[in-house]
Parts: sequence; C-alpha cells; structure tokens
Amino acid sequence: MNQTPKLNSFRSGPDEDGRFGIFGGRFVAETLMPLILDLQDEWNKAKTDPAFQAELADLGTHYIGRPSPLYFAERLTAELGGAKIYFKREELNHTGSHKINNCIGQILLAKRMGKTRIIAETGAGQHGVASATVAARFGLPCVVYMGATDVERQAPNVFRMKLLGAEVKPVTAGSGTLKDAMNEALRDWVTNVDSTYYLIGTAAGPHPYPELVREFQSVIGKEAREQILEAEGRLPDLVVAAVGGGSNAIGIFHPFLDDETVKMVGVEAGGKGLDGDEHCASITAGSPGVLHGNRTYLLQDRDGQIKEGHSISAGLDYPGIGPEHSWLSDVGRVEYVPIMDHEALEAFRMLTRLEGIIPALEPSHAIAEVIKRAPKMGKDEIILMNLSGRGDKDIFTVGNILGMGL
Amino acid sequence: MDKRFADLAAEGRPALVTYFMGGDPDFETSLAIMKSLPSAGSDVIELGMPFSDPMADGPAIQLAGQRALKAGQTLEKTLELARRFRADDKDTPIVLMGYYNPIYVYGVDRFIENALEAGIDGLIVVDLPPEMDDELCLPALAKGLNFIRLATPTTDDKRLPKVLENTSGFVYYVSMNGITGSALPDPSLVGGAVQRIKAHTRLPVCVGFGVKTPEHARAIGASADGVVVGTAIVNQVASSLNEEGHSTGATVPGVEALVRGLAAGVRGSRLAAAE
Repeated sequence: MNQTPKLNSFRSGPDEDGRFGIFGGRFVAETLMPLILDLQDEWNKAKTDPAFQAELADLGTHYIGRPSPLYFAERLTAELGGAKIYFKREELNHTGSHKINNCIGQILLAKRMGKTRIIAETGAGQHGVASATVAARFGLPCVVYMGATDVERQAPNVFRMKLLGAEVKPVTAGSGTLKDAMNEALRDWVTNVDSTYYLIGTAAGPHPYPELVREFQSVIGKEAREQILEAEGRLPDLVVAAVGGGSNAIGIFHPFLDDETVKMVGVEAGGKGLDGDEHCASITAGSPGVLHGNRTYLLQDRDGQIKEGHSISAGLDYPGIGPEHSWLSDVGRVEYVPIMDHEALEAFRMLTRLEGIIPALEPSHAIAEVIKRAPKMGKDEIILMNLSGRGDKDIFTVGNILGMGL
Repeated sequence: MDKRFADLAAEGRPALVTYFMGGDPDFETSLAIMKSLPSAGSDVIELGMPFSDPMADGPAIQLAGQRALKAGQTLEKTLELARRFRADDKDTPIVLMGYYNPIYVYGVDRFIENALEAGIDGLIVVDLPPEMDDELCLPALAKGLNFIRLATPTTDDKRLPKVLENTSGFVYYVSMNGITGSALPDPSLVGGAVQRIKAHTRLPVCVGFGVKTPEHARAIGASADGVVVGTAIVNQVASSLNEEGHSTGATVPGVEALVRGLAAGVRGSRLAAAE
C-alpha cells in the first residue's frame, strides 16, 4: 500500500489504491464504496478491451471531430517576437471544448455497467452541455446539478442543456457554486445507487475517476505529440494549459511527462490577486486537504473548512484541483502559476483580434501565460498550448466587464 | 461504551443515540443542549463536528453546520464542548461525528490525543471507508478510541467482513441509500438487515437515518440494539430560533421534550416486539 509510482516514470500513477504520492485516494461514504469498486472493475476491463477502444475511437472521429488540428499561431508569434506558438484546437470539438472527450468515454462505461440514468455537476455549463449531449446521443435521461449563482450567469448553456433534454437542477445549498453542485450530485448518487452513473467532469474525485478522466483526455496530448513531431520534427520546449479541476491540462501534459526536455506550466485562476480570498489558485495559495473523495490541494481555512473561490471564468471557479496535479507540483515536474482576471481578459481580446479565434475565459488564462513567456524565449523554441474551449459562452460576461451591454 | 451497551442489554432495551450539531446555534446553547440529553433519556451522544461540505447529509444538518460555523465553531471548540460536558457527566458515551478534512488539517495525532483528553469515546467519520483505515481508524484504535463504522444497504455480505474488521463500539446501520433526514424505511426490512449484520458481528447494531418520532423509535428499536435520531433534533433546534437565528427560551426545553418522547418510544419497543 501507499507505494509511489515507479521513480523512473512520471506516467505510471496512480497506484492500486488510487494514490499519486500522498494525493488521491477514495474518501467516500460507505454507501458509495461498492459502486466505486464496481466502476473500477469495469474500467479495468474496458481499458484493455479492443471493442471498447474501437467504439471510443470511432465516436472520436465521427462524432467529436477528432483529431483536433494543431495550429501555428503566426500573427501572435510575430507580435510577441519570441518562441513559436502552437495551439491544440480543442475548441473546435463538438460542443466547443475538450469536455466531450471525457463524456463520450464515461457514457460508454455507463452503458457497459447497465446504468440507466446519468447525473453530472457543472460550473460554467460546458461539462453540463457535454453530458447532456452524450446522454441525448445514447438515449439516457440526464440530471445536471448547477449552482444557482452559475445558472444565472451562464443562461445560454442552461438553455442548451434543456434543449438537449437534460433536467437542470439549480443548487442553492451552501454558496450555490460548483463545489455545492458536486455535493448535490454526490447526494443524488448516494440516493439512487442502483440506476445512476455519476459522470464527473474533471480529473478529480475518488479513484478511479482521476485516472479514467485523464485517460479519456490524454487523446489531446497523444495527438499533439504526433502533430508537433510532424510539423517541427521535434518536441515542444514548453507545454501550457489552464487548470481548474485540471482535466484539459492533464490531458495534454500526460503524454509528455517523461520527455525530459519538455517543460510544463499549469495556469491557475489568480482572480483578483492571491492576497485575499478572491482567487482559485489551489496549488499556489492552498494546502493539502480532503474533499470530494480525494486528497489534494484545497482552498481552506485553518479549521479545514472549504473556502469559496473566485474567478472571472466559472470553469476555473473550484476550490480544489485534480490529485495528479498536486503530485506533479510536489515532485517538481510541472510548475503551477496564477494569472489574474484582468490578464486573462487582456489575452482574450488579443487572441480574438490577432488570430480571429474567440477563446473561452479558461484557456485565456493559459494564453496570458504564453504572452508572458514567449518574448523571453528564443525564436527557435516552441510553445504548445491547449486551447481547450471556445468563448461563445463568455461573450456576455466579457461584454458586461467591457461595458458593452449585449 | 461497551459497558453502556452491556447494561442496556441486561435491562432488555435498546439504546437511544442522539445526534446534535456542536456549536448550533452557538457554543453555550449547544453545551446546554448536550447537558440536557442524558436526563431526557439519551444513552449515547453523537456530537456533530460542523463541516462546510457535508456530502452525506441532507439540508437540515447542512444548515445546522452552517449556523455553527457562522457562530464561530471550530474543531477545537467542539472538543471543548465535550470537555465541559465531561466535567459533570463521567458516564454517557460521546461519539464525535463528521468529516475527515477538519481532523486532517488539525493533525491526526494531535486530534486523537486531544479527543481522549476531552473524554471522547468514539469517532464516526463519514468519508473514511475501510480502504482508508491507515488515515485515522488504525491510529485511533491503537490509542483506545473506538472507531464506529457505517454499514449500508449497499454493503453486501461479501463486503461486510471488511467493513466490520476494524469497527468497535457499535455498528451504525444506515437504514437506506440516501442522505440524512430522508423518509423512514419499512421497519420490517430494517429488522432483516439488522439480523444480516448480526450474523457477522457481536457488536451492538444501531440504526439511523429516517427516525423522527417516538413511533419510529419504537418500531426500529424492536429489532436494533440502538436507535439513532439526528435530523429531528437538529430540526427542533432550527424551529426554536428567532428571526436572527439566535436561540430562544424554547430551544433547550424543545430538544429535551423531543428526546424524552423518543426515549419513551425506545423503552416501549421491546414490549412492542413481544406483542
């Protein structure tokens, strides 16, 4: 027990108890424990089943639109005057973000397990939309828990979910944001154990969720690795991704973790600054704790009570982070840095004008970090960034901040 | 705790186990509530440790936790509650119930030491299944603190031995799949479940989740070694508060009256079984 992954690789975790070093694990109520063990069994069978992998790949190609392109951002590169910048275009996926990769994988698992009802939590609504989409595609009823505060500020996604046939349940308990939606989804699951599959949206939660979500998202990094080798004949010098729970980041990082020459940066939501409480920088400004089934870095007070985060981007507005990121930070393989709301907003505008791509506010944080680093790097160096989602959902938020009422 | 259950078995009746939230609506009132419980007929006290994200609890207990936290309750103060109670009552077993994170952040070794000093007899930590026994269960057992495990309808016969392996004090049978405060399940099904668990252990089996009235307590107590009441007590506290959420003259007497009724129900339960 508690063995750390093999020291000669950063890619062999988690161990059989679901640990990445001290992080991860299975901190759930007894009612859920048998379900989590069932899921683990089914996942272990599925991941080596050629029929499962073939169905996943087929849906990836024909339903999601994979592989997503690797795009050389020529004008942004010229503007910044340093490293060559490539984007992995996950925002071009069906439903507009990387979230669908995970949802397709998990709904295939749900079908294998004979589950007849899907539940999910959502913050910005991207995972909710992706869950409602795959539930419609596979003909299963779907309930999405969403903080009442988020229901208000993400009205277009709420409407999309309803169009897709999902029931959106606003959560007023606690503070009415993503963590409360996750609490409520867990309460539903504990009540409807026989019929229901809980489709978690990020690489967090009890084992095996962090592992299976990572595996479904790793398609991003596997494709990008081949694509950059084809385009440049070598690996990138730096890989950058935004981190909320961290599924898009682990998806692009994981296939590169054992490439020693590739540096990696995960960008957390610095909100209005790390001095107060209005940020979501769990690693940079949090401490280890146990929430939602895993041990990881959390925003919490001295008594172990979980704090509310803040970010301009609802998708990063979560007081925790996937356990594998906590481990990658502690062992020094990946660097985690904060980007403030205003920096993300500036990056959002810059990319829109220079490349004709409206990014979501989540990857805008990664763009802001690229804007900081590219000028300090040589013109022969390469940055690969995960452009994880498109910004259509955010135009109202941005419009309000810029005083351009819609 | 073992003595308390043995005495009750000799008396021929099940235990009344009462849960309340430490620090709800404030420290002093919850201390008064705690002190009132034994004379009202409670045999074992479950002292709730508030947590910001109680994933296995319904709205009533979540709101109680929020009231307590807002009034400044911390894990340190919850231990202080127990210490102050213990000064006057050496016998009534106290079980701390809550979630792991506040304990983890407090420090496991320091927590066990301070809990023992405060007169705590056992722990129920909802989000620590047997797979996580290294975290707190084994260190607590090694120092003589009971670790009470929850068994649920999803805990099948294959899994029960694993759940019972490091359990002591009593087994808390959660009568249904769901959160605290849900509707009462069919008492006859509960009776079967209690027998199923008893086939695997000699520990007392207490049943909770959904017990709200003396009639419920009586029905459940017919088959179980103990009846746990939580949400009903927490709701009683909530309904007694004034508009600002502060305690009133009705808060402590209201809880006392409720517990007295439940105690009568429990005391009548073996008669009910014999009828």
